[in-house]
Amino acid sequence: MSPVSVTSSQIVYDALKGCGIRLMSALPETWLVHLIRLADEDPDMTLVRLAKEEEGVGISAGAHLAGVKSAMLMQNHGFLASINGIVSCAQLYRIPLLMLVSYRGEFGERDPWQTEGGGVTEDLLRALRIPFALLDHVDHVARRITKAQTLALSANKPVALLLTRDLMWEE
Amino acid sequence: MRRLDSLSAVYDRLQDRVVVTIMGAVAAELQSLGHRPNFFYLQHAMGLASSMGLGIALTRPEHQVIVFDGDGSVLMNLGGLTTLARYQPRNLVHVVFDNESLLSVGGFPTATATGSDLAAIASAAGVPRTATVRTIDAFTRAFDEALAARELTTIVAKVEAVGPSKFVTDLSLLENRFQFQRFLAAR
Repeated sequence: MSPVSVTSSQIVYDALKGCGIRLMSALPETWLVHLIRLADEDPDMTLVRLAKEEEGVGISAGAHLAGVKSAMLMQNHGFLASINGIVSCAQLYRIPLLMLVSYRGEFGERDPWQTEGGGVTEDLLRALRIPFALLDHVDHVARRITKAQTLALSANKPVALLLTRDLMWEE
Repeated sequence: MRRLDSLSAVYDRLQDRVVVTIMGAVAAELQSLGHRPNFFYLQHAMGLASSMGLGIALTRPEHQVIVFDGDGSVLMNLGGLTTLARYQPRNLVHVVFDNESLLSVGGFPTATATGSDLAAIASAAGVPRTATVRTIDAFTRAFDEALAARELTTIVAKVEAVGPSKFVTDLSLLENRFQFQRFLAAR
């Protein structure tokens, strides 16, 4: 049994559904396994499995202009790989994006290959002036996701929520 | 075959359909034929026009969506072809104008100039219908067949590496974006 938290994943998923999210793009990542499964099993959710995360920017932009709320599930390295799309599609055209980013490479990380991305994730979000918050406890997950979505839609801009080890990993 | 003539040949089919184009010559030439509120021009983010088309096609199956892509853009998002093929929206027609160059930035040759075959790549990715066309008649026929087929189609239209003298038009990016969103909201 993977130590990825089923309980926290369900709470995150329910919060996204509560925001009216009807489409999720995702690239599989260990911490996202349950979130992706929940989306896949939900007949009211369109799950789009990507080859590379930047595609998700285009898909969410299309969905937004078509009147459908969407979210993007990715690892922080997927965020790094998406930056051109975020800047030259979402920010250039004032498209709201709700990005849920698994925050690998922070304290507790055991995989050596994940340890560089963690150190630059928040700095890059700040450099891009993308509002973000950590999701590190189940008690505030629903509230923060709802508020992030509210800001994304009122400002017409990308926002990010960082899914932390404390929330996603039970060990 | 010139891209402008190809666009002109099918322009009347675009009247009530949702159209997404890439930047540069494609956007400028379609605008030169007459902008419509159902046309969106992605003036940057190379590679993502097909992803935007997919996002619209999946969420609004009642609309037929046409993406006018280019060889340089498709080459920047080849993985996107596998995503298109995976979901195979029946309401998406993907046209790739292949002039074998990055025309807007000086005409540098792309990999299609040295033999990479985008229709074959799309087919191998799993796109169910593909075609490569070299004349206006063949393009128009392939386009009409794709509209009628109601099956995901990628048409690679081999065109000359010529374009308009300028790429900036008087349509602002945000004006286009909000107008296009309102068009979709009203339908």
